Amino acid sequence: MSSPAPLKLTINGLPVATVAPAERVLLDLLRDDLGLVGTKRGCDLGTCGCCTVLLDGRPTLSCLTLARLVEGRTITTIEGLAPPGGLTPVQRAFVEHGATQCGFCTPGFLLTATALLRENPRPTRDEIVRAISGNLCRCTGYTKIIEAIEAASTGAP
Amino acid sequence: MVSPGPPPAYRLLGGRIPYVDGPLKVTGRAEYTDDLRRPGMLVGRLLRSPWAHARIRSVDLRAAREIPGVVAVLTGDKYPTPFGVLPITHDETAIAVERARYIGDIVAAVAAVDEATAERALAAIRFDVEPLREHSDPRVGVDPVTDPIHARGLRGSNVQKEVLQNFGDVDGAFAHAAHTVRVQGRFSGVTHAFTEPLVTIAEATPDGRLTVTSATQVPHYLHRALSEVLGIPMHRIRVVKPEVGGGFGGKSDPLPHEIACAALALETGRPVRMLLDREDVFYTNHGRHPTENDVRIAADRDGQLLAYDIRALIEGGAWSSFGTVTTYYNGVLAMGPYRVDNFRYHGRRVYTNRPPSGAMRAHGGTNLRYSIEVGLDELAERIGIDPFDLRVRNALAPNSTTVNQFRITSTSFLRCLEAVRRASEWDAVRPRLPYGEGIGLGCGFYISGSNSPIHFAPDIPQSTVHLKVDMDGGIAVHSMQADIGQGSNTLLAAIVAEVLGVDLERVHVQRVDSDVSPIDLGSYSSRVTFMMGNAARQAAERLRDTLVRAAAELLACSPGEVRVGHERFETSSPSERSVPFLDALHAAMRTEGALTASGAYRSPKMGGSYKGARAGTAPAYSFAAYVARAGVDPETGEVSVRKVWAAFDCGRPLNRLAVEGQIEGSIHMGLGQLLGESMNYRGARLMNPALLDYKILTPAQMPEVEVLLVGEDDPEGPFGAKEAGEGPLVATLPAVANAIYDAVGVRCYELPVTPDRLERGIARRRTEHRSWKGVG
Repeated sequence: MSSPAPLKLTINGLPVATVAPAERVLLDLLRDDLGLVGTKRGCDLGTCGCCTVLLDGRPTLSCLTLARLVEGRTITTIEGLAPPGGLTPVQRAFVEHGATQCGFCTPGFLLTATALLRENPRPTRDEIVRAISGNLCRCTGYTKIIEAIEAASTGAP
Repeated sequence: MVSPGPPPAYRLLGGRIPYVDGPLKVTGRAEYTDDLRRPGMLVGRLLRSPWAHARIRSVDLRAAREIPGVVAVLTGDKYPTPFGVLPITHDETAIAVERARYIGDIVAAVAAVDEATAERALAAIRFDVEPLREHSDPRVGVDPVTDPIHARGLRGSNVQKEVLQNFGDVDGAFAHAAHTVRVQGRFSGVTHAFTEPLVTIAEATPDGRLTVTSATQVPHYLHRALSEVLGIPMHRIRVVKPEVGGGFGGKSDPLPHEIACAALALETGRPVRMLLDREDVFYTNHGRHPTENDVRIAADRDGQLLAYDIRALIEGGAWSSFGTVTTYYNGVLAMGPYRVDNFRYHGRRVYTNRPPSGAMRAHGGTNLRYSIEVGLDELAERIGIDPFDLRVRNALAPNSTTVNQFRITSTSFLRCLEAVRRASEWDAVRPRLPYGEGIGLGCGFYISGSNSPIHFAPDIPQSTVHLKVDMDGGIAVHSMQADIGQGSNTLLAAIVAEVLGVDLERVHVQRVDSDVSPIDLGSYSSRVTFMMGNAARQAAERLRDTLVRAAAELLACSPGEVRVGHERFETSSPSERSVPFLDALHAAMRTEGALTASGAYRSPKMGGSYKGARAGTAPAYSFAAYVARAGVDPETGEVSVRKVWAAFDCGRPLNRLAVEGQIEGSIHMGLGQLLGESMNYRGARLMNPALLDYKILTPAQMPEVEVLLVGEDDPEGPFGAKEAGEGPLVATLPAVANAIYDAVGVRCYELPVTPDRLERGIARRRTEHRSWKGVG
């Protein structure tokens, strides 16, 4: 194991100064070092998408990202998506449309959907399907997740 | 006949109720087991057998124990008591005792200060083993073998369970049948692939108690297994279930890692976390059994079904798990949705040196249903009648008894058929689909809660719900029912709120904690809505009666004149008046103090008296009729499922959002088994223990789903409801398989229907000059 080196980055709008050995992956840094356990560990191999965070606004698999490689960059996790006490429109749509069942994949889907809607506020159904194709859900058949993202994109309730 | 009139409308139930835990789940604030941290927590790791079958002569733990940071190393001899989910087949151990039975079997456990240290310790353990004959073919295992996997195998074979049933005169029916069809289905094993890996945290404390927090869907069975194996009375063990990231049956057995984790906690006196990686989860398995079945169906010239003659060879893997139930279900769940008066079944479940199979969504019903429904499609074609008409002709009648003495109460199967035929425009569409496009029908039948629970005694309630309400007007709900994402907490809260007339936000469903949650048998066999729902309703009605009496005093009327309003109690005697909920509550508390109420449910006695008669009995059954549209690329054999119309009878749907979610998710899982999912083995070795190689349907492969909820109220279900958790899966596979046949004229008898398999069928048809829809 390499010795930990200092690491500075911005997480959910706040500067963070910590240390990480070279082999530390971002997922472990978030969950184990910083207590941001909303980011989920599903496979550790980059196949399920449960650990998705936004890296400079883009969906990124934190289980495959070395922490030291994100020095100086900006991370958004599920904890940083909404203002305190509130929900973003896409979070609200997930609640109202029943897009969460077990909820374990939900943070990853929400970060993916948030990035999609920022880049493309009116995505087609196909564009939504393409955007979420790196996230695995075993409960919903994706149906209500797609409905929720569609609803959030049109602003419909 | 007296018309029952329109079913009563409810304020909340029957609507679309967003999950009460939704806001926590969309903000990352829902707590799952692996999110919990305890001071001084150690890392638990498991060593898995690299041998398919071996006798463990000796184990040298000295080097592992000497590694700094290693706190405990355990092998199987410390806690050798066998356990298993069924009391009659205790053949699992937390850690292998003297023998390793599959590649992936747990052979040692370590607790250390961190993961790297734990891994180093595992690598330092030395085994002296004697390889034994490896068994990976259940066809061989039915006969006496050298080195059988368990001593309890029948007659020196690897047969774990054999079921023989015979009702009516099957041979006579076949002898006189105008038509017979035979389907020989082959099904790969599939696994649950829930997103949250298996994980347990255990802590033994100086007060002599053990707390085990686990990702489990049946906390009560875990509780019992811990007690049996560790030799600690149940009341000194506390089982806690936080949020669970999906189960689908895969978290319903008490699992070896849970017990091993608890054993390490006892050994070290410190909290231990045992998080399984994804590969471990695949090796733990307990998924749907690899199966070969042989279904023969006899019918008269008009398509009236006369007999089923069914055989099943079920590969169990290394342990029994739910296998005895599996063996029964693979036959007896044929007894609906059609009336068939002659029935014979021979089922065998055979141990192999492979990861154990167990219960997976629509347990025991899926592969059998597939072969029956494909067979009925063949039969309809043979007779020259529409597949719908064949089903209508044979539908089980409500309030009837099957030949094996299942009690059928409500069935809206005919309404399902009618609704899905209309919605899919079956009659207009079917004749005009070109080659490569098809439409198919498949139907379903499933238990709404097992009447044969795994329990202390048959007459103890299967579900209990406690309510507590104090001066703040918040209502705490306790029950050991397990929300694993299906929304049972939401339903529990909604039932209580409905009966008491209060807003949902007053009702707080408490985390499952065996110290305070009364026993409910948890999330399996599609029992929760029916059983917990009835228990919750009874508890809430008892509380309501107390409040109504208090309200009656305040309103100066008799309790019989009080109505439950929204957040208030009302009367129109002698004039329109009301009191707020809180006033009635506080009035009741003057005499009672904080109010508590309890409700319970036990299913009625049912079933015959022959051996195995209770297998498959349930207080109600769900019914389904699905139509699928599918396209097949004749060059590649690739299937695109275009749409599924799902007509389902869950009685009255209590939360439409959740019922739709269950149906959509079931269809996704069913299509996965049909089209891609497979536990692939080379001999005893699992070749694809990873989500990259185990092919779950992606969003792009998921068809549009149209849900048609047409069930009438069930007489015994809570507010008329039946199950919707598992039954929605079974109709999916044959509906699509029959659509594939309609598209290209190829019957699929081997699952998964991979493109190469289907392409071979298409090519064979072409080679044999058997054209289909004018092509080939």
